[in-house]
Amino acid sequence: MAESENIVAETAEKIFADLADAQTINRDKKGEWKAPLWQALTDAGLPLSWVPEDCGGSGASLAEGFSVLSAAGRFAVAVPLAETMLAGWLLAQAKITSPGGEMTVVPASPKDRITVNADGSLSGRARGVPFAKVAKHFAVLASDAKGDFSVALVDAGKCRIETGLNLGGDPSDVVTLDKVQPVTIKPAPTGFDQARLMLMGGVARSLQIAGALESMLEISVRYSNERVAFEKKISKFQAVQHNLARLAGESAAALAAATSAADAIANATSFNDEVFLEAVAAKIRCSEAAEKGGGIAHQVHGAIGFTIEHILHRYSLRALAWRDDFGSESFWAVELGKLVAQRGADELWPLVASR
Amino acid sequence: MTAALRFDPIRLPSECEQLRKEVRAFLAEEIAAGTFDPHKPNREDTDVPEFSRKVGARGWLGMTWPKKYGGHERSFLERYVVTEEMRVANAPTRRFFVADRQSGPVLLKYAPEHIKMEILPRICRGEICFAIGMSEPNSGSDLFAAKTRATKTDGGYLINGTKIWTSSAHIADYMIAIFRTSPPTKENRRHGLTQFLVKMKQPGIQVNPIAQITGQYEFNEVVFTDHFIPDDHVLGEIDGAWKQATSELAYERSGPERFLETYYVLTELVRAVGNNPDTRSAEGIGRLVAQVHTMRRMSVSVAGMLQAGKEPVVEASIVKDIGTIWEQQLPHRVRELAAFVEETATNRETLEKQLDFAIKTAPKLTIQGGTTEVLRGIIARGLGLR
Repeated sequence: MAESENIVAETAEKIFADLADAQTINRDKKGEWKAPLWQALTDAGLPLSWVPEDCGGSGASLAEGFSVLSAAGRFAVAVPLAETMLAGWLLAQAKITSPGGEMTVVPASPKDRITVNADGSLSGRARGVPFAKVAKHFAVLASDAKGDFSVALVDAGKCRIETGLNLGGDPSDVVTLDKVQPVTIKPAPTGFDQARLMLMGGVARSLQIAGALESMLEISVRYSNERVAFEKKISKFQAVQHNLARLAGESAAALAAATSAADAIANATSFNDEVFLEAVAAKIRCSEAAEKGGGIAHQVHGAIGFTIEHILHRYSLRALAWRDDFGSESFWAVELGKLVAQRGADELWPLVASR
Repeated sequence: MTAALRFDPIRLPSECEQLRKEVRAFLAEEIAAGTFDPHKPNREDTDVPEFSRKVGARGWLGMTWPKKYGGHERSFLERYVVTEEMRVANAPTRRFFVADRQSGPVLLKYAPEHIKMEILPRICRGEICFAIGMSEPNSGSDLFAAKTRATKTDGGYLINGTKIWTSSAHIADYMIAIFRTSPPTKENRRHGLTQFLVKMKQPGIQVNPIAQITGQYEFNEVVFTDHFIPDDHVLGEIDGAWKQATSELAYERSGPERFLETYYVLTELVRAVGNNPDTRSAEGIGRLVAQVHTMRRMSVSVAGMLQAGKEPVVEASIVKDIGTIWEQQLPHRVRELAAFVEETATNRETLEKQLDFAIKTAPKLTIQGGTTEVLRGIIARGLGLR
């Protein structure tokens, strides 16, 4: 991987390998692996990767942080690492210092709005907020009556939380703010809006899906080389080989789309149509790959992959669940289609061929 | 798994963007001059010799080859930009495309010096057209079942047999073909084939065009009857073509031509839909654009990795596998969305004509240059399954 050149990603990879091995955590019904993993990630400064040192973080680059998320996807980790990273990044946009502990971002869907009331308090309802239940603080993006955006640090205890679970069994909650006074609130930088947050979240999810698909490909190939049926390894059947080749294609498309989008954002000087295309295309293509690729991984595994005991669902169901966060692929496809139509037919290729 | 898949996020260097502007300006001039119509991919005359020579004069053929052979020593990424701009404009590239992409690099590697000096500069000038003689009536995907014989004679070889599905053979000046010089061995069924440079339009070669379901005549049957090829036209090792034919296919598999062949229907759909699409059209277009963007980023990534001296063989095969399937499906997806286009759309007829042609073209896309089944076999080998 390109990431192996990167010490931050290597650190993350090592922590996951030591403390988040899929087989081990799949057997641990009480979730006892979570606390030591979170502690190790915190000790390494990873949850606040994207927070500058003067805002209480470890000041890693966007690119380094993205590679941590790829690794998190490969291990399908069920702790709010991506969420805390995004929250820290959002707070840092407004120069708000990040507290310690788990965080998440509110809202987590392009359809939900949080508003800043005249008295500076916050109101609104956000659905599908990942890990809200375990977060100590929320990084909230809210807009006032004039449409100006502010970033706020909010004590999670002051909000109403209706708990839920996503397809992967991770918390996905409804957060209601009813005139909540934030710990801190500051104006968002000029031009920063909810789409920016959604697309950053979407790229994070794209990288995680691509990582999960890499792992699904690896364990499916390994399984097909072990499992014997009709007196030979199933990897020797052409039908199985071609299914795995298709899974490799889906995994490759997800990887290419997600890493390209991450690279575009990490190197962007402005948030233009080209960066928008990169980010939404990644979310759309990775979401499609989660369905097609995950389906093949299950087909290769047969019944054993459908059991709770097997680790496959840790990747396949999370990849499916991540499609829903920060705007689904169908939502963004409509937005992308509108943009393309507004630019006109002759401006489509220049957009596609922009980098 | 032998190795993880890799798609580095390549950004095209700034010299590519300057070049892109030049190519677009050139194509706009040619379109204005009536050399070709970008809205008509189904034209009869895909072979336009003057266009070929102009592209050569611009320095856009043999771009990556050494200067002493007429090349320009530019990067594969620069060549990539030229190729994709030509493809998207539906430019008539038939005359030079195969020579530039495939035949030239084979000659560079395996031809004797005097042949390189004679032929490569002519490719770079856009003067000559190449065909590739691989398939035979009983040997398609199973390349190494080829039977057309090359029998040793004084000073060269006599060729007898038939090649088929040979694109452009009717206009080609040369063909690079594999012929049987020895029988296969028990240990290696791929043994015994040799690669040759064939000068077309010579005695003992008969080219019979074959009509395709699109109405075009792109491919041919080529019958060899005691056709003489001199010794210095052998390319590489006698009986060892199998070592040569399988190595450098990454360039061939992963270029922009592997996912853009039917792209024009998407542009035309966007034109027909107009600036205010309904939700279904917007979603459909959005998904298609996300796909073409992803395919291109994968393809550019492979080009960049090749330029950096890496060997992304499996990645290149994946690009062709999913790229050709995508370009095959594209006209059908566009057709579904076209059902909702207003009757008043000014380009409705253009779109319908393009769709007819693209839908007829679609079946060949996953067959030509290596079938989906063969590609998946290569990918499976790369994954450690074979």
